[in-house]
Amino acid sequence: MSTVAADVVVVGAGPAGIAAAVRATEAKRRVVVLDEAPNVGGQIWRHRSVGTLGADARTWIDRLSRTNAEVRRGVAVVDVIVGGEAGDITVVAERHLGGVDVIRTPALIIATGARERFVPFPGWTLPGVTGIGGAQALLKQGATFRGKRVVIAGTGPLILPVAASLTDAGARVVVVAEQAPFQAVRDFALSLLTHPETLLQAAIYRLAFLRTPYAMGTWVTSASGTDQLAGVAVANARTAWSLPCDLLCTGYGLVPNVDMARFVGCTTADGAVAVDERQATSVPGIFAAGEVTGIGGVGLAVAEGEIAGAATAGAARIDPSLARRRQALRVVARRMERAFALRQELRSLARDDTVICRCEDVGRAAIASFADSRQAKLYARAGMGACQGRVCGPALELLFGWQPGTVRSPLEPARLSTLSTAALAGAASSAADPSAGS
Amino acid sequence: MPQSSVAAVTISADGRSVRVPAGVTVAAALLDLGTSAFRRSVSGEPRAPLCGMGTCYECRVTIDGVAHRRACLVTVAEGMHVTTADGAEEAPA
Amino acid sequence: MSARRADAIIVGAGIVGAACAVALARDGLRVLVIDAGGAALGTTAAGMGHVVVMDDSPEQLALTRYSQSLWRAQDDAVRAASELDWCGTVWVAEDEAQLEALPAKQQLYRDHGLETEVLDETTLIEAEPHLRRGLPGGLLVPSDAVIYQPAATIALLALARTMGAEVLQRMPVEEIVPCGVRCGADTLRADVIVNAAGAAAASLTPQLPVIPRKGHLVITERYPGFCRHQVAELGYLASAHVMTSESVAFNVQPRSTGQVMVGSSRELVGWDASMNRRVLGRMIARACEFMPALADLVAVRTWTGFRPATPDKLPLIGRWPDVPGLWIAAGHEGLGITTSLGTATLLADLVASREPAIDAAPFAPDRAVTAGVH
Repeated sequence: MSTVAADVVVVGAGPAGIAAAVRATEAKRRVVVLDEAPNVGGQIWRHRSVGTLGADARTWIDRLSRTNAEVRRGVAVVDVIVGGEAGDITVVAERHLGGVDVIRTPALIIATGARERFVPFPGWTLPGVTGIGGAQALLKQGATFRGKRVVIAGTGPLILPVAASLTDAGARVVVVAEQAPFQAVRDFALSLLTHPETLLQAAIYRLAFLRTPYAMGTWVTSASGTDQLAGVAVANARTAWSLPCDLLCTGYGLVPNVDMARFVGCTTADGAVAVDERQATSVPGIFAAGEVTGIGGVGLAVAEGEIAGAATAGAARIDPSLARRRQALRVVARRMERAFALRQELRSLARDDTVICRCEDVGRAAIASFADSRQAKLYARAGMGACQGRVCGPALELLFGWQPGTVRSPLEPARLSTLSTAALAGAASSAADPSAGS
Repeated sequence: MPQSSVAAVTISADGRSVRVPAGVTVAAALLDLGTSAFRRSVSGEPRAPLCGMGTCYECRVTIDGVAHRRACLVTVAEGMHVTTADGAEEAPA
Repeated sequence: MSARRADAIIVGAGIVGAACAVALARDGLRVLVIDAGGAALGTTAAGMGHVVVMDDSPEQLALTRYSQSLWRAQDDAVRAASELDWCGTVWVAEDEAQLEALPAKQQLYRDHGLETEVLDETTLIEAEPHLRRGLPGGLLVPSDAVIYQPAATIALLALARTMGAEVLQRMPVEEIVPCGVRCGADTLRADVIVNAAGAAAASLTPQLPVIPRKGHLVITERYPGFCRHQVAELGYLASAHVMTSESVAFNVQPRSTGQVMVGSSRELVGWDASMNRRVLGRMIARACEFMPALADLVAVRTWTGFRPATPDKLPLIGRWPDVPGLWIAAGHEGLGITTSLGTATLLADLVASREPAIDAAPFAPDRAVTAGVH
């Protein structure tokens, strides 16, 4: 176990975390960045070779590599201890390959990003069904989908670049099903004409060129196959049809990863961490930036990261150009949220025997009569498994309107030895920790 | 899959010795080897990567004798032993 | 609501309240169970779920032994839903002194009709291969079990409903009055009121000598077969017995899911439910001393809970003399899951003025009150 001190700890090395780390180190702060993945970049800037990335991503990753920020990859933050006095924060991380890092810091930036929202439907547990971002991530990890017949079904602008990437990789995308109606997508696309940053139109044109149908107001109702996906059933408001495929990529928007923020007591609103002008959360010393404060895309994540990084370094004022960019991008994000709101039909795809909690194989009927997510968890074990409710939690909210339950330690499954060594170290170094009383 | 220009490593997948490109994750390597069941669910269903980013825990396999490792977060390494749900080479600890 | 008419109102839908509902309904009483939250969501949910015989005192041995026999005879549907697993317990001796005490313990159990097996260094490892080498021995009690107590509670309530009982959830009882309970503006009346409110029992009956004794637990990922029995150190009893401000003891359980639950800790810190990482760390370290391989198992969740502790480690079962119609089924410390059935049967016998199967006097709720006068 190693115990070190830092001026700023950044959790998450995606766009927000990288920008935050760069800004904080530029202000002479000792920064430690922690990320689970083997490489920096988060989901959107995931790469194995920097050369495959766009200019913006390359620039930021390059800037980070030229700072003296200490980037620890392949580590999961399992505990965060907030001391009794402001600025007394201990972060405990477990290395995937063994070992524990304990870092004490006065400032923590939570840049944990977002995950995909999954809507349960019959067959969604079959091998061959992945997230849309999941397929993109696997592709970037080196999986080859060459020659596979792919159906993409979900919502939001993210799905089009993924369709393009899969096509580039030699997969045959047979249909892109966007659940939002044509009018909503068109209005949103038109509203973006003044925003050159978006990839949306470019992707639409490319797909048209490749003759991939982009079916709006269309969604997948079920997937079939025995031990592997063989086909899907698709529907729109007028009709339903089936088609064979090898890979179904599905994802219905993004969910901010607020678990860590909720664990340390940060106020959340509408499922995102509430922050002020300086990206400060309700807990002194703890900041949040990027998708965790609300889904807004890579540009907004970078702007928020820059502001948070500068704020932890004690910047007296916020760079006005950054603040303006942040504001403009938040407006776009709200528009996008409205345009791609989930249709009612998606809430009733799951049948009685459709698994809702994949970790514990809990079907819809086993929990439908309960009052809240705590009952579903205790009585039927929904949300009790390894993913700690990260997949089924948003689904339970969508299907039944249940709010997620209390976040408990460890933040990620962790070895018992990690909990004991870190717990002992954390408590010993944090005499002011109110939870270490008696 | 492995091109001659791409560096490769040898791993053992369910007891089978295979060459896979260096730098890919265990999840990517297993998918390209045609693996369907990374793990078996509580009720015995085959499961494979869903999220690709460490959230869903569906891609859990045994790596070098350690059970419940997320294949999407681990890069392949020379000599690595990977066991999926239906592999019998190494039982979980 | 005020029109509702019951013979017995049980306050608390934890496992003790649920068992009491079954026992009283079986006697033909119209039973109403009221809970401030939901079934099994309080004291019951936080526990380990063992059905064990414990011999801290002759009275405890009598009640746990009796309760265990009732679990064995329990309704099939309840047993199945409870995931009852008769995995047995291995009590581990850490030193020669503990080892030498085992034959006497074995004789005591035999006197109560329980066959056990004294294990030596070799047979101990055969029974639990992940225990560290060099431990001198232990005692195997094959008749102990592990259950999933939230499911058991739900099943008991369902059984009670088939006998006419009614369950009201999310209804906080604000006050227990003579032959009634007050919920907001309503007072619900019954001849029999049972305070089975777990760790919160003393908030409704303030003179009850029940205090919260905090504990931490950890549960792992699934490792089927990692341990075969519930395994605990013999020092556990000492840890549980002495009302020190803080103690930890080695105690692991194989769950029906293949998960391993790791305990235990005891603290007296009032109602502070926050995780005490130092105690959690000590608790895990203690467990790893006995089972080094635990260190590499992956934990998915930790939590804290409160045991309803009494000064003499015995539950409070029987009439509460100060309030007409009030009966107590509370103060079960860490044994409420085991003793829920014995408690309920004992209580129903007392309510019906029947002779109980075991002596009820040691559990009289006013015994501590009386003792306090001297």
